[in-house]
Amino acid sequence: MTDLASAPLPAVPDPATDFPRHAPATDIPFQLLAPDGTAPNPDALPDPQTRLSLYQHMRRIRHFDERGWVLYRTGRLGVFPPFKGMEGSQVGTAAALTADDWLFPTYRDTGAALTLGLPIARTLAYWRTSPHGWHMPEHLKVLPFYIPIATQYPHAVGAALAEQRKGTKNVAMAYIGDGGSSEGDFHEALNFAGALNAPCIFILQNNGWAISVPTRTQTRAVNLARRADGYGIPGVRVDGNDVLATYQVTAEAVARARAGQGPTLIETVTYRIAAHTVADDPSRYRTDADTAGWAEKDPITRLRLHLLAEGILTEESDTALLKEIAEEFEAALNEADTYPDPEPAEILDHVFAEPTPQLVAQRAEILREVGE
Amino acid sequence: MTATQTPPTASTTRTMVAAINDALAIALERDPTTYLFGEDVGVMGGVFRASDGLQARFGTDRVFDTPLAEASIVGMGIGMGLAGLRPIAEIQFAGFMYPALDQILSHLGRYRHRTRSRYSLPMVIRAPYGGGVHTPEQHADSPEAILAHVPGVKVVIPSTPTDAKGLLLAAIEDPDPVFFLEAIKLYRSNKESVLDGHYTIPLGKARVVTEGDDVTVITYGGMVEVSVKAAEAARAHGIGVEVIDLRTLVPMDLETVLNSVAKTGRAVVVTEAPRTGGFHSEISANIAEHAIDSLRAPILRVTGYDAPYPPFTAIEDVYRPNAVRVARAIRTVMGY
Repeated sequence: MTDLASAPLPAVPDPATDFPRHAPATDIPFQLLAPDGTAPNPDALPDPQTRLSLYQHMRRIRHFDERGWVLYRTGRLGVFPPFKGMEGSQVGTAAALTADDWLFPTYRDTGAALTLGLPIARTLAYWRTSPHGWHMPEHLKVLPFYIPIATQYPHAVGAALAEQRKGTKNVAMAYIGDGGSSEGDFHEALNFAGALNAPCIFILQNNGWAISVPTRTQTRAVNLARRADGYGIPGVRVDGNDVLATYQVTAEAVARARAGQGPTLIETVTYRIAAHTVADDPSRYRTDADTAGWAEKDPITRLRLHLLAEGILTEESDTALLKEIAEEFEAALNEADTYPDPEPAEILDHVFAEPTPQLVAQRAEILREVGE
Repeated sequence: MTATQTPPTASTTRTMVAAINDALAIALERDPTTYLFGEDVGVMGGVFRASDGLQARFGTDRVFDTPLAEASIVGMGIGMGLAGLRPIAEIQFAGFMYPALDQILSHLGRYRHRTRSRYSLPMVIRAPYGGGVHTPEQHADSPEAILAHVPGVKVVIPSTPTDAKGLLLAAIEDPDPVFFLEAIKLYRSNKESVLDGHYTIPLGKARVVTEGDDVTVITYGGMVEVSVKAAEAARAHGIGVEVIDLRTLVPMDLETVLNSVAKTGRAVVVTEAPRTGGFHSEISANIAEHAIDSLRAPILRVTGYDAPYPPFTAIEDVYRPNAVRVARAIRTVMGY
């Protein structure tokens, strides 16, 4: 038998030379714009038009979020998970995609789906649990919001692999939260994507809370981007309230995926300012002291200060933008109000391409029940 | 999908696993959007050799090994299906499918419904199931009722090489997700002449295996040969037994079952799954709901027991129904 004690030890790999792309993500999130709107390295910023566009998207989805609360309270929207404070994370990531790419959003990622072009009226219909919100537009590859946790991650790997096998340059982006990253499907998907070199971008929005459970209770890990190391894929930690940094990091990951260089995990460090859903009461599990400080890190305020200082935005153009956004929303709301309620027998539509004899019989049963 | 080829005329003697291999090869040949993947399906050709030689013939892009994680084998297949491919996943044993139940229950059967047919999942999940070959513990499970309970998925269980090939090709060409469970006991135990080339057997059509006027035995998969043996024994005593091989659980061919029960007035349902909540109970309930006036005896279930499938080879056949138990149930309903 070999004497293991006397056998020479294998050489320790040097991360800098042997695994250049796998250098562990730093704990300090990558940032381009400080909370006061100043940019220590102006040359690193995206061009002015891109900066303005990211700002417009953030404004637009915050308006949706704010109106969502009001509509819920007046009975015109169902239970809806708000995303206030996470606009930088959602816009900065989704804006790096095109309509040919796949987007797998969680229920928190209404803002990401809107950014990629999901019509507001359809989105309202989804949160009204209307089938009009379930049939996603044909020109987009945005999936309906995922209610279970982490199951969308393997789907993104499959869609990305399909694009790779078909020889396109399209990629798949999937979202998850810090809580979701405790699920097995999250870890399996990262491993599959690495092993299969699937063009996938995994967005882990670390917003501090899984409903009532803080991240520190969820895991002993602090830097969730480093989870990528375990699967041999790059992991990046970025300030999710800095939309410019988030956009830049994501755009690089997308470019790498399109070039056949495989998946990336991006942890966007952000904060869920609002409740878990409009039906949640956060005072049961956190105090104002917990949320203090995050308002000053607001992604919209930060970029607004910068754009005003740079002359890319003026108070007048900002006011005009808000008016335009409000008008667009109200028009979409009016459209959503015209969607008729589903007929009872629609429950049995779209189960199979061709209904089974059992479904045919059950349809007749429903029609008898409702007296038709 | 390529144009339908000339109907096959030549045939070859094949086991069930060879017929399945032939069906997979034909599907991969006919449709370039078909992909085959799972644990050990590539170089090795699968633990039962169902995909033997397919990676060498179709390449590592079309036929490939995955990491060992069933939830993502199914979940990745769902994503491939969303993107317009026809994924065929192998789960090494049906009893190893449980990590994937979240994907199966939460998504597989729901995608057409939750997108109002914007997306469908033309995916097939193959898995060996059932006992009779002295495999330990989970290798012998029969979880078909769990799968049949999921809305939006079909469940197919063949019992002959000819059926296995035609049903598998139909499952692969189906626009919706299909579970295809293959009785391990039948993989190599029987051979028959199987048509070469492409043919399909429609899902949702049962097969009358033996005709008889006195008792209807409804079964599928590994229990068909057991039921036929019992029917032969009963015939020696002058009892005519009609054995129906359901072939697909979802959709179920209730019409064939009810027509037979209307004739015989007696029904015995045979599976090797645990008793409580099994698919045999669904069959029984349907007969009771629709044919109570024809019945001359209670519907009997011959099944496994409400205990985990036994890992004890010496007493495995006490758990798994055999022809003696089925024949006893036939005599019981005759003597009621």
